[in-house]
Amino acid sequence: MAPDARPGTLAAALLIARKDLAIEFRTRTAFFSAVVFALLAIVIFFFAWDPTAVTGMDLAPGVLWVIFTFAGLLGLNRSFSLELADRAIDALLGAPVPREAIYLGKALANVVFVGAVEAISIPAVALFYNTPFGGRWLAIAGVALLATIGLVAVGTLFSAMAVNTRLAELLLPMLSLPFFVPIVMPAAQATARLLSGRPVLEAANWLKILLAFDLVFVAACMMAFPFTIEE
Amino acid sequence: MTGATERVHATSTGDAEVEASGLTRMFGGRRVVDGVDLSLRAGDCLALFGPNGAGKTTLLRMLAGLLKPSSGTARIGGVTLPGGEEVRAVVGLISHASMLYGALTARENVEFAARLHGVRDARTAAHVALERMRVLDRADAPVRSLSRGLQQRVSIARAMVHGPRVVLLDEPFTGLDATGAAALTAALTELRAHGATLILVTHNLGEGLALASHAAVMQAGRFVRVEPCDELDAAAYAATYRDLVTRGA
Amino acid sequence: MTTQLTSDVHAPTAAGARRARSGISWWFVVAVLAVAATYIRAIYFTPLEAIQGPAQKIYYVHPTSAWVAFMAFGIVALASIGYLWLKDLKLDRVAESAAEVGVVFTSVTLVTGSLWGKPIWGTWWTWDARLTLTLFLWFIYVGYLVLRGAIEDREMRARYSAVLGILGALLIPFIHLSVYLFRTLHPMPIIGKPSRPSLPNEMLETFALAFVSFTILFIALFRARYHLAIARDELDAEDRG
Repeated sequence: MAPDARPGTLAAALLIARKDLAIEFRTRTAFFSAVVFALLAIVIFFFAWDPTAVTGMDLAPGVLWVIFTFAGLLGLNRSFSLELADRAIDALLGAPVPREAIYLGKALANVVFVGAVEAISIPAVALFYNTPFGGRWLAIAGVALLATIGLVAVGTLFSAMAVNTRLAELLLPMLSLPFFVPIVMPAAQATARLLSGRPVLEAANWLKILLAFDLVFVAACMMAFPFTIEE
Repeated sequence: MTGATERVHATSTGDAEVEASGLTRMFGGRRVVDGVDLSLRAGDCLALFGPNGAGKTTLLRMLAGLLKPSSGTARIGGVTLPGGEEVRAVVGLISHASMLYGALTARENVEFAARLHGVRDARTAAHVALERMRVLDRADAPVRSLSRGLQQRVSIARAMVHGPRVVLLDEPFTGLDATGAAALTAALTELRAHGATLILVTHNLGEGLALASHAAVMQAGRFVRVEPCDELDAAAYAATYRDLVTRGA
Repeated sequence: MTTQLTSDVHAPTAAGARRARSGISWWFVVAVLAVAATYIRAIYFTPLEAIQGPAQKIYYVHPTSAWVAFMAFGIVALASIGYLWLKDLKLDRVAESAAEVGVVFTSVTLVTGSLWGKPIWGTWWTWDARLTLTLFLWFIYVGYLVLRGAIEDREMRARYSAVLGILGALLIPFIHLSVYLFRTLHPMPIIGKPSRPSLPNEMLETFALAFVSFTILFIALFRARYHLAIARDELDAEDRG
């Protein structure tokens, strides 16, 4: 048999990410649930909104980030539960790939998932709340990306842990939400600044916290991940 | 050459493909695997019998590199445990769970496994593996639409697509019909002919003894009886096995 | 077939289990006396603060509980790192005991903060930086304990809790930073605090006594909980063995 060329960490991660996205694309249930939830939340917030008290510009960042957080949790839930269904995780763990590659691959797939939900929600909010984003799309997308990386880094790790416990659906949000706060707060604040047309530099402090969080927690979660799957 | 009562010893250490010495695994204070010694040559097939809870699955998972041993040593395909990726590269594991992704097709599942193992031309390798297990005609249906027996065959194709030197099978014949069983037997025989070493955990004495070169009984974490198959009388073995199991439980 | 319990790192010693069943420990006696002495001193022998009146007396309990709450989490974090490194279940028992006692002190901190805030600030809750941080500490503790409760496997429980303990410790500075930044950019109502630098000696002494007595109370509770953990683990090992 020809000598095998084992994939390195990044190549293996991409393989795993593609596999996860292929599965999600096939079934689409988690994605649709997330999108439906997002749209429902947009509508509910709209009907609970008193436009004379709060402007669309003030409401939008909060709504967006609440949606992203909870829709993200829906996606994160399925990330490892699909592995447990027929113990596919055993085959994955039995492959000669570094454990970090498994974490990275799943996190990448989750970023795409949550990113897709965001890509739908942001225009929807702009549309339904009459909040023109006026050329700030790119900056807001940048904030969203930074924050999503943080959300997914922590959420993927906790998803791997929660799925092995009795209270998986309760534990994932319960563990993740305290960690989401230092992401969502800066992200919402930065989004608010950008939406109201303030110079990007004003949001700089918030962006610095986001960046610091991402760096620290992507590293920490990647290092912690092997402890959650090895026995 | 006969083994001492607690050792499987096929050959001198230099040729051993699977070797273990005092392999032990504890779970919270309990010795689930308690000092297993083992030595198998390339091409050997060990049929491992024993009651439920004897530690057979745990032993297999250790040899597959999925569980770290608590103590003792082992070498699989030339790699010392715990060898991490190196061990996993040469081992194939088959268990009762199919380890497949229900939403993907059989072909996609097996190709994914091939790529993870770094098999060059994963597509062809997957094709060949599926053909060997006689599931090629259902290769493009989502796995969850297949019957349990067909899923099992796909799972076996997945485990063998990278041409493992050591194949560990945990009750693989469960749920297989005659065609599936025949396909599995043929695949395993061919693997052995190419020098792979097998460890087969099974409750089916007949199937196990027919395939194996050595037979062992595991009970409470240890090998309590071990011998080469050519010296065995199947009927007598079955009787002693029954006694052993009912007595020991 | 028997298993050797005593030589096993997973199973505790018989001596430890005995201690758990024995009578009142001296730590408790001293702790109760010290806390009682603190309260008596605080209520009767320490002067009333000029601006806040009797309500200020709660302030002897509030920061001291906070100190214990955060210190306990420090113990959880260190024990967690130690466990992942050495895989010694003793360290996991330390973490679990510190967490259970810590969450109690965190709750006390939040409640006393609220009780003090009402007469002083007029509201039951403010997003004061330290109080907010304590609230998040509470959430992390609760998550930690719920996680522990949801895992049967002893070793997995220890491993997962350790991961959460370490990540939780990493989170604290980020919460602090975020809240601080939030507050500097969003001026909030100026809140009067007890004038710390010019506290008369009696108040300082009462404070010191409070800190010491609460720390002793923590140690007493921690030890009791730790011995309980040993006894429980021993019982579990017997059941399974």
